[in-house]
Amino acid sequence: MSGKEYRTITDVKGPLVFLNKTEPVSFGEIVQLRLSDGSMKNGQVLDTSDDQVIVQVFEGTASVDRQTGVKFLGDVFKLPVSKGLIGRILDGAGRPRDGGPEIVADEMADIIGAAINPYSRQSPESFIQTGISAIDACTSLVRGQKLPIFSASGLPHNDIALQIARQAKLVGSDDDFVVVFCAMGITAEEYNFFVHDLERTGALENAALFVNLADDPAVERLITPRLALTAAEYLAFEHDYHVLVIYTDMTNYCESLRQIGAAREEVPGRRGYPGYMYTDLAMLYERAGLVKGKKGSITQFPILTMPGDDITHPIPDLSGYITEGQIVISRELHQKGIYPPINVLPSLSRLMNAGIGPGKTREDHKSVSDQLYAAYAQGRELRGLVAIVGEDALNERDLQLLKFADIFENQFLRQSRDEDRPINEGTLDLAWDLLSNIDTKYLVRLDQKWIDKYHPTDSKDSEEE
Amino acid sequence: MSKENGLIYRISGPVVTAIGIAPRMYEVVRVGHEGLMGEVIELHGDQSVIQVYEETSGIKPGEPVVRTGQTLSVQLGPGLLTQIYDGIQRPLPKLEETMGVFITRGVDADGLDLEKKWEFNATVKKGDEISSGQVIGTVQETETIEHRVMAPPNAGGKVKSIKSGTFNITQPVCTLEDGTEIAMMQEWPVRSPRPFVQKYAPDVPLITGQRILDFLFPLAKGGTAGIPGPFGSGKTVTQQQLAKWSDAQIVVYIGCGERGNEMTEVLDEFPHLIDPNTNKPLMNRTVMIANTSNMPVAAREASVYTGITIAEYFRDMGYNVALMADSTSRWAEAMREISSRLEEMPGEEGYPAYLSSRLAEFYERAGRVRTLAGDDGSVSVIGAVSPPGGDISEPVSQGTLRIVKVFWGLDAGLARQRHFPAINWLSSYSLYPQALDQWYRDNIASDFPEVRTDISTLLQIEAELQEIVQLVGSDALPVDQQLTLEVARMIREFFLQQNAFHDVDTFSDLGLQYHMARAILSFQEEAKKAIAGGAQLEDVVNVPARTDLMRGRFEKGYDERINELVTEMGQQIAASMEAN
Ligand SMILES: Nc1ncnc2c1ncn2[C@@H]1O[C@H](COP(=O)(O)OP(=O)(O)O)[C@@H](O)[C@H]1O
Ligand SMILES: [Mg+2]
Repeated sequence: MSGKEYRTITDVKGPLVFLNKTEPVSFGEIVQLRLSDGSMKNGQVLDTSDDQVIVQVFEGTASVDRQTGVKFLGDVFKLPVSKGLIGRILDGAGRPRDGGPEIVADEMADIIGAAINPYSRQSPESFIQTGISAIDACTSLVRGQKLPIFSASGLPHNDIALQIARQAKLVGSDDDFVVVFCAMGITAEEYNFFVHDLERTGALENAALFVNLADDPAVERLITPRLALTAAEYLAFEHDYHVLVIYTDMTNYCESLRQIGAAREEVPGRRGYPGYMYTDLAMLYERAGLVKGKKGSITQFPILTMPGDDITHPIPDLSGYITEGQIVISRELHQKGIYPPINVLPSLSRLMNAGIGPGKTREDHKSVSDQLYAAYAQGRELRGLVAIVGEDALNERDLQLLKFADIFENQFLRQSRDEDRPINEGTLDLAWDLLSNIDTKYLVRLDQKWIDKYHPTDSKDSEEE
Repeated sequence: MSKENGLIYRISGPVVTAIGIAPRMYEVVRVGHEGLMGEVIELHGDQSVIQVYEETSGIKPGEPVVRTGQTLSVQLGPGLLTQIYDGIQRPLPKLEETMGVFITRGVDADGLDLEKKWEFNATVKKGDEISSGQVIGTVQETETIEHRVMAPPNAGGKVKSIKSGTFNITQPVCTLEDGTEIAMMQEWPVRSPRPFVQKYAPDVPLITGQRILDFLFPLAKGGTAGIPGPFGSGKTVTQQQLAKWSDAQIVVYIGCGERGNEMTEVLDEFPHLIDPNTNKPLMNRTVMIANTSNMPVAAREASVYTGITIAEYFRDMGYNVALMADSTSRWAEAMREISSRLEEMPGEEGYPAYLSSRLAEFYERAGRVRTLAGDDGSVSVIGAVSPPGGDISEPVSQGTLRIVKVFWGLDAGLARQRHFPAINWLSSYSLYPQALDQWYRDNIASDFPEVRTDISTLLQIEAELQEIVQLVGSDALPVDQQLTLEVARMIREFFLQQNAFHDVDTFSDLGLQYHMARAILSFQEEAKKAIAGGAQLEDVVNVPARTDLMRGRFEKGYDERINELVTEMGQQIAASMEAN
C-alpha cells in the first residue's frame, strides 16, 4: 500500500476526477478521497497512464476541489465475506446499515468476480415451484436460472418478486433458499415494503441485504450488485447455500452506467447508453448458475422497469439477450384487475425444457404449456378482429378460442397474493379443466396420449359426434 | 531500451498502450508481470496499442511488455475434435485443471496436447514428390473422423523419409530432401485465410433435417446464412439444431459472447446424441469455442477467427465443414468496444467504419473449394445476428445481409405464439434453390422444385387472404378461399412448425419432408373435389384421418405410415361428399 496522498487533481467532470503526476497506479485500484472538510469519499481507477489517472467517485464529486487529497489503496475493490453476512443489512458500498458491527471477514473477495469456466458449469434442471400458475406452467423456473421481471412503473413487480421469494420451493426437498436482496436506487417506501414482508415471513433472518436507495449516491449503484453477487457466490460456492438474488431496479443501475459513459465523453451506443452495456450487464447476470463439484446454487431475479413500457428499450433488450428468459408484467392485465398481471406471450423461460416433464413435474407439462400459449395467443389476436367485424364473422373454432382467452386470464392467471398452487394437482389440472372449453380437435398441440389420459371429459365422444 | 521489451504506458480496460517496443501489427505480446497475452492492433508513433485477452485490473503503467515475434495463431492437428476452447484456443478443461471453476488469468495453455501419442499411418512413401497441403498420412482422431495430416504451407519436395507409428504431434514423421521436417501439428495465423486452389459454386444442399430450412430456404454446402432475430426468437436453438442434425462431416460451434449455460448444454447433450449419418455420438465431429459474454471481450473478438481457421483446416482435408457463430453481433460489439477505446472515429451506431469489411472478410472464408491436395472441401457459415430491439435496419444485420446468400428471418410474433422455428416464411429467402434443384430432382424426387413452389405459393396467397380476413372475418370468404386458408394452416401447423425438443419431430429427413409436403397438396386436391361434389368444408377439414396424419409426425416410423395415412384421408374426404 503506497499510502501517499496526492493533491494533483486537474479536472472534475460529473462523477469523474482526473489527476496527474502520480506514481504508477494500477487499473481498477481503489481510491480514497479526503475533502477539505475532512470527509471521505471512495472511488476506483477507470483509466491509468504515466500522465493521467481517471477516478470514478462512488459518492459523486460534490465538494471535491483541487485541494482534495487522493490516496491509492493499492488493491482492487474487495468485500469482507463470511457466513455472518446472513441476517445483515449493508449499505450500497458494503458498510453496515443496521447498526450492527463490521462483518468479520473469513475472506476478502474481489467484487468483480471471475467468469465461471463454461466447461465447469452444470446445467440447471431442478424445477422450482413458485406456486404461481403463469410461471410454473408457462415459464417454469429452475434452480440456477437468471430470470428477470420486466415491469414498468406502477405495476406490482415487487409483490410478485416477494411472492416468489416466499413460495419458491423445490418439490420434494426441504432445502431452503437464502435471499440476497440488492436495492439500487429504489425509494425508501419500496424498500420498506420489501423489508416488512421479509420480516413478516421470517425470511429476513435468512437474508443479506445490500441497500442503495434513491437518495444514496448514484455511482455507488455500480458496485452494489457486485457486492451482492460476491456475497451470493461466497454463500453458494463456499457454504453450499441455495441463494436467491433479487435485485431491483436494474434500470437505475443502467442510468448510472450511462452517466459514467457521458462523463468520459465516450461514443454512446443506442439511446446514449454505453456500447459496452451488454458486456457490463453480462458480468452481473452470468454470475448465476451451478458449478461442478459444488452443492450450492445462485438463482437470480433481477427486476427492471421498462422506460415507457417499451420492451425494445436497451435496458430490457440487452437484459433479455443475456438472461435465461423473462417474465413480462402487463399494464393491460393490471388495469383489468388481474393479479399477477403476467403476460405469458412475451414471457419465456429458456431453461424450462430441462426442468419439466416426467420425474420433475409431469409428462404432459410441455404439451399443456404449448397448447395454452397457442390457444391464448390466437384468442387474443381474435379480440382485435372482433373489435372490427364482430363475433358473427367468426367460425366455431375462433369463437371457442376467443372465449378461452378470457377464461385463461380470469381463471388461470388470476390468483391471490398468498395462493400457492401446487404444480400438478393445482396448475396443470386447472389447465386441463380450462382447455376442455375448446373442442379437442382444435387442440393440435396436445399429444393424443395426453388427451386420452388427462382430458377431464371423454375426448373420444366429442370427436365422434 | 531494446525493441523487444517495452513498458506499459496506459491501461484502459482491455486496451493497453506500450512504449519502447517496435512490434509488427497483429503480433502477440506479453503484458505486465503476469505475462498476459495480448495482440498489437495499432501502431501510433512510438506507441503500440495492444488488446489484452485477459482481465487487466491490478496492472500498472511501467510494467513490462515483451514481444513474441508471433502473430496470433492456432495449433492444428489431431486433438481438435471434441475439444472446447476459449476464444484464443485455450482448452477449457485444461484451464479448469489449473484454475478451478473460475477463470483467473495469467495461465497459458497449448491448444493441443503435445504429449499425447497418436497412431500415424503414412500414405506417401520415400521418393514421392509432395507439395504444400498434400495429405501425407492419416490418424484416426475419433471413432468417426480420420484426421488427414497435410504438408504445411511452404513445405514441398521429395520425401526423404516417412514412418508410420505412434508419435506425439510435435515429433517429425516425415523429412523432405531439403531437410524440412513435418510433424502432425502445424500452426496457422488466425487472421489469414488458408490457401486453396479454387472456389466452386456450391451445388449440393446442406441437409439440416429442419423442414422450413431444407424445403423452403435451403443452404448449400459451402454457403453462407444469416439468422437475425430478437432475443428469444430461436437463434440459438436453430444453430444448435444445425450443429446436431446437419449432414456436415465436421462442425465448429462458436459461442461468441453468449450464455455460459448454452455451452454447457451442448457439452452435456452432444456426447449422447447419435449422428443419423454415422450412428455415432455427435461429439466425435464437433469442435467448440466458448467465449461467453462475461469472458474478456478481446478474446471474444478473436474467437470467430480461431473458429473459422479450424474450420478451414478440416476443409483442407477434404471435409464438408459447417461453422455456426452465435452471435456475430457480440463479435461486432467487441470490435466496437475496442475501437472506442482506441478513440477511433466511429461509423454508424458507434461501430468502427471497418465493420462491414470485417463481416465480409469473415463470410468470404466460407465456400466450396478445390483444396491444395486436389480434393473437394467446403466450409458453410451460419451466423446468428442479434439486432437491438429486433430491428434489422442496424449495421450488423445490414452488413451481414449484404453478403450472405440465405436469410432466415426470425420473428418475435411467431415466437410469442410458440410457432417454432419462428422463421418468417414471407420475409426469409435463399438464393441457392436454382443451383440445387438438379440435385433434388436427381436425389429426392423429380418434381421436388415444383412441390416447393406450390407450397410457397399457398403461403403467399394466405398472406393476401389474411388481409381481407382482418377486415371481414373468414366466414365472409368464398368456400374455395376458405379451403386455401385451411391448407395454409396445415402447412404452418403440420409442416413449418417443428419442435426441436421432441425426440422424433426434431429431425425430418428430406425424403419425408417431401412426402409431408405432398400430403398437404393431396389434401388440397381431395378437398377441392369433395367440395365441388357437395361436401361441407367443415366436414372435409375434420375427417379423423387428417388429424391422424398430422399428429402422426410425432411418432416413430412415420415415414413408413405416411402414405397409408394419406390414402385413408383421401377416402374419408371422398366419403364426406357422399354423406351429404
Ligand atoms: N425449433 C424450436 N422448437 C421448440 N422450441 C423452440 C424452437 N426454437 C426456439 N424455441 C424456444 O424459444 C426459446 C428461445 O430460443 P433461443 O434459440 O434461445 O432464442 P435466441 O437465441 O434467439 O434468444 C427456447 O428456449 C425454446 O423454448
Ligand atoms: Mg441465443
